[in-house]
Amino acid sequence: MDATALLIASSLNAGTVLAIAALGLLINEKAGIVNLGAEGLMLCGALAGFAAVVHVGATGWGFLAGAAAGAVLSLVFGWLVIWLNTNQYATGLALSLFGAGFSAFAGIPYTQAKLPDQGMSAVPFLSELPFIGPALFRQHPMAYFAVFLTLALIWFLYRTRAGLVLRSVGESPESAHALGYPVRRIRLLAVVVGGALCGLAGAYVSTVYTPLWVEGMIAGKGWIALALTTFATWRPARVLLGAYLFGGLTMVQFHLQGMGVNVPSQVLTMLPYLATVVVLVLISRNPLWIRTNMPQSIGKPFYPGS
Amino acid sequence: MIDVRKRVWLKAAALSVVASAALLGCGKKEEAPAPAPTTEAPKAEPLKAAWIYVGPVGDAGWSFAHDLGRKAAEAHFGDQLQTTFVEAVPEGADAERVIRDLAQQGNKIIFATSFGYMEPMLKVAADFPDVKFEHATGYKTADNMRIYDASFYQDTYMAGIIAGSMTKTNTLGFVGSFPIPEVLRNINAYTLGALSVNPKVKVKVVWVNTWFDPPKESDAAQSLINQGADVLLQNTDSTAVLQTAEKNGKYAFGWDSDMSAFGPKAHLASAIADWGPYYIKAIEDVKNGTWQTTRTVWGVKEGLNDLIKINDVVPAEAKAKVEEVKAGLKAGTFEPFTGPIVDNSGKEVLAAGVQADQAWKDGINFFVKGVEGRVPSGK
Repeated sequence: MDATALLIASSLNAGTVLAIAALGLLINEKAGIVNLGAEGLMLCGALAGFAAVVHVGATGWGFLAGAAAGAVLSLVFGWLVIWLNTNQYATGLALSLFGAGFSAFAGIPYTQAKLPDQGMSAVPFLSELPFIGPALFRQHPMAYFAVFLTLALIWFLYRTRAGLVLRSVGESPESAHALGYPVRRIRLLAVVVGGALCGLAGAYVSTVYTPLWVEGMIAGKGWIALALTTFATWRPARVLLGAYLFGGLTMVQFHLQGMGVNVPSQVLTMLPYLATVVVLVLISRNPLWIRTNMPQSIGKPFYPGS
Repeated sequence: MIDVRKRVWLKAAALSVVASAALLGCGKKEEAPAPAPTTEAPKAEPLKAAWIYVGPVGDAGWSFAHDLGRKAAEAHFGDQLQTTFVEAVPEGADAERVIRDLAQQGNKIIFATSFGYMEPMLKVAADFPDVKFEHATGYKTADNMRIYDASFYQDTYMAGIIAGSMTKTNTLGFVGSFPIPEVLRNINAYTLGALSVNPKVKVKVVWVNTWFDPPKESDAAQSLINQGADVLLQNTDSTAVLQTAEKNGKYAFGWDSDMSAFGPKAHLASAIADWGPYYIKAIEDVKNGTWQTTRTVWGVKEGLNDLIKINDVVPAEAKAKVEEVKAGLKAGTFEPFTGPIVDNSGKEVLAAGVQADQAWKDGINFFVKGVEGRVPSGK
């Protein structure tokens, strides 16, 4: 099989995890909430998903359990940050640490467990096409879900009234509040949906990507997803492409190593964050660019009635 | 002015109390030691021994194997031994704190099971002259600190024999952790073993720069498979490589422990280390007062290393060769690194007929002919 086609396929697979988590974070940030707890959410989602599949059997339940775990934790986060107005960054970090520790503790009985084998999935006719077949169409259904989610988000955010309301809450909660929208409830809904997606991404890692559970297995993908949302200047399509890019970096590095080219892996680990900083510098140089790209109320607490 | 200074001093005092409480509370998970016998009068106090692991015990790999060794020692000595372990201790300053803690708690012998614990352990050893410190895979010693190591390269040589017989693409893959001599040695032995049954074989290596990161190990394995490798070996601690091989219909080996359950069709054999016998010996040394600073390197001969659970699909010839090599290792007559050995730039590194000594094996910084690519410089 053509190695390049396989490289593309593996990059898409790796990128799917980041894409789903980053799109969830995108929903959060469009509403003005930064959820630094992505890593903790993904870890708890991973454990919940793995445990569900161990007990029940079908991966579908694993995804549901992961999403539910993410939703529950982000509900707590949302209550703290939206109703009690705690500092979003600090609370997010606390959630991240909590998620990591809790999942490690609760996951102890599952560390040697094994999931039933799943085999490879492929789209029936399309996967036989030369080159693009193996490259694009031998993915797990989640990969197609990520694409679907991106398109759905683009439609929702930019073509529907509800999406407009969400964006306006993110740009100026005071104005939305003055217009009579329930700002806090909208924000909470965004946080819960976003958290569910992070949990789902985590469940995908532990049930499909590497079907095992060990503490810390997300290994920083939550932080990359956070960087990705910023790198993609809060646009869903750019998030998807950026996810494939970031996901592909690791695979490309291994491919290069196998070919005898020695790029230090530490450089490639740095690249997603370096790229994000570069983008931030570029868009911050012009006040107009910043205003057009970044939801203005990110990180700021909202007090109705003030 | 005095009011302000008093307030500042009080705040500082309060903060330091909170900080130290937090630090004390922040210890990693520890297992409660087995209850010590209290009633019978002339029974000796149980010896306290402690282990620190670099990963979680449940990693089904390196740390798991060490913990099995600890349990074997516990079973052997019964209530004359009281063991503790601390898992997932990061290498570095944290390790020093944990080792110091364990020494202060009365442990008379402490085992540190990863290379990166060398410096922290050396520091603590200087402060506790009557505690014995044992460091795995290191090279520094002291009057009360010695080192022990395994010979995984013997396992990888035998794995290479199997891999060379099973490969259809004549490309083998190796997921490497860090480009240190120990890992290079394992890769070279794998290659030499494979070449001994299949001269057309070539070995591709990818480095993940970590001992343990399942998704990254999975990516690395996938990348090797994408590049044509159909039998994989690893030096990393999780089952991800084996599982990825299973998913792709290729072959792989278990590492550090019996991983056959994680990839029933893909699993060819598992390269293991059984640390039990060494731990029992080390504790005996302390009990009998015969503990001395040495460097112990055990392998197949002493029962520390082995290649187990060989899959039935492996051809009988290969299995017979593995048994032959194993017998030679047990008798001490066979050495995987026997000259002539040429590195992959063509230079001869071991003369014909010479069996490599420990120093040569410890200083390996090259790839033998058959391995593709260069050794990355630096760690």
